Amino acid sequence: MKYMLIMRATEAARQDYDKADINEIIEKMGAYNEALFKAGVMLAGDGLADSMADNFVVDFAADPPIVTDGPYGETHELFSGFWMIEVASKEEAIQWASRCPLGPGSKLEVRRVTEMSDFGEAADNPVLAQQELWRAESGQA
Amino acid sequence: MADPRRTVEAVWRIESARIVATLARMTNDVVLAEDLAQEAVVDALRQWPESGIPQNPGAWLTAVAKRRAIDTWRRRERLDARYRAMAHNLPSAGAAADAGEPIDDDVLRLVFIACHPVLAREAQVALTLRLIGGLTTEEIARLFLVPVATIQQRIVRAKKTLAAAKVPFEAPDPTEWRARLGSVLGVVYLIFTEGYAATAGDHWMRTDLANEALRLARVLAGLMPREPEAHALVALMELQASRFGARLRADGTPILLADQDRGRWDHAQIGRGQAALARADALGRGRGNYALQAAIAECHATAPSVADTDWARIVLLYEALGRIAPNPVVELNKAVAVAMATGPASALRIVDELADAGALRGSALLPSVRGELLARLGRGQEARAEFVTAAALTANTRERAVLLAKAAAL
Repeated sequence: MKYMLIMRATEAARQDYDKADINEIIEKMGAYNEALFKAGVMLAGDGLADSMADNFVVDFAADPPIVTDGPYGETHELFSGFWMIEVASKEEAIQWASRCPLGPGSKLEVRRVTEMSDFGEAADNPVLAQQELWRAESGQA
Repeated sequence: MADPRRTVEAVWRIESARIVATLARMTNDVVLAEDLAQEAVVDALRQWPESGIPQNPGAWLTAVAKRRAIDTWRRRERLDARYRAMAHNLPSAGAAADAGEPIDDDVLRLVFIACHPVLAREAQVALTLRLIGGLTTEEIARLFLVPVATIQQRIVRAKKTLAAAKVPFEAPDPTEWRARLGSVLGVVYLIFTEGYAATAGDHWMRTDLANEALRLARVLAGLMPREPEAHALVALMELQASRFGARLRADGTPILLADQDRGRWDHAQIGRGQAALARADALGRGRGNYALQAAIAECHATAPSVADTDWARIVLLYEALGRIAPNPVVELNKAVAVAMATGPASALRIVDELADAGALRGSALLPSVRGELLARLGRGQEARAEFVTAAALTANTRERAVLLAKAAAL
């Protein structure tokens, strides 16, 4: 099963981070990523830039949606990076997440990626039915 | 929130290869190392539910296993200088693991021992999953749909064989390297193919088994970054596994390549496969067995449809593959590609040559492909007979149903 490790940091933690030795952080994160790679569980991962100029929010409260510079607004814990890992159990995901070299003010929100079985009896699945229909219409069935 | 037993299993899965490798380096005895590590796991199962999970569970297990090693020798009154030194250097349980040790080399030695040529293939598979994959005997038995006792026996026997053959804790020397590497990669690919096209059971494929193999292959590529075939094996598995989501109908029956909804292929996984093949190619040593197979899988994975697939290139890749690793299954696959590139008549000639040579006797593959080609040539009656033959030969219930349906439709 796949899990996404979503890294969130408070403003205070981000300020601490700015004061910390960047080389030390790179080294620790590098070692963590290497451990994930060498264990064969790492699928993907990246950090997210926090410069206001590059980021924006698309709010679907209106039609057309409203685009604002962002992403901050009311968000106090910023989504600052992620990993995708593939493991055999929730406990294994907990083990890997707990080893992430983060400090106070940072959190990992860990979410399991949905699988086909999450959709229950697949035969009744409207998404599947829709895909069957699409395939039939496009002559692929 | 975490179940203690499953937590111990998870830690074992992550740490076991390094723990056993560390112990094997200290004792020069893989069998003893594995026994000691197992005993440490038993201790963990007893203690962690009460004491809580230690901060560094891997170091805890290593320290406990080392202690047990020393106890063993004290009992045997064979505490020579070596083990006295080991006792002095013993970290306390919970201390951080020694940093900077060449652990990877030790894990690699362990890989080669798990796949050592003195062992039968089945034993190599079981030991690899156990020592490198960190799976429990119960997990391995569940993956292969066999009784736990069967796997236990295989592992016990494998360990006895290693002890009897006095296999040292060493990597193969350069003259053996190629063959031994081939054996290691072969074991991992065998685990994958059993998951990809299950030969036993009620399911067409078993993704859990295939995923274990993929994890092992990634571990191998990490341990041997200079070996193109290690990266190529990852590439091949990623590309083949990318189709898992599209290979089954809701009722569990398989969907063949031509009928698969390519939108449901895992395109992130295809990207990972292509990246792994690029890593293999970048080493500049040409394409081997797995790289050629991966390149074929890449042709399929990147084609918008069956009709728009570069079949001529696939035929070329199969020809190259057939030359470096002659194999009737490769010839049969080449025949399928030839049928797509130039038509069923020339493909049938290849299949008939294989049949005349007595290749693949007893396998459902040859009659099912022959049936397909005959059907396309309008020779319905002969095609039906081939599908019925194939149905009788397969042990997979889902595959049998598909073949009988094809026979009935003619």
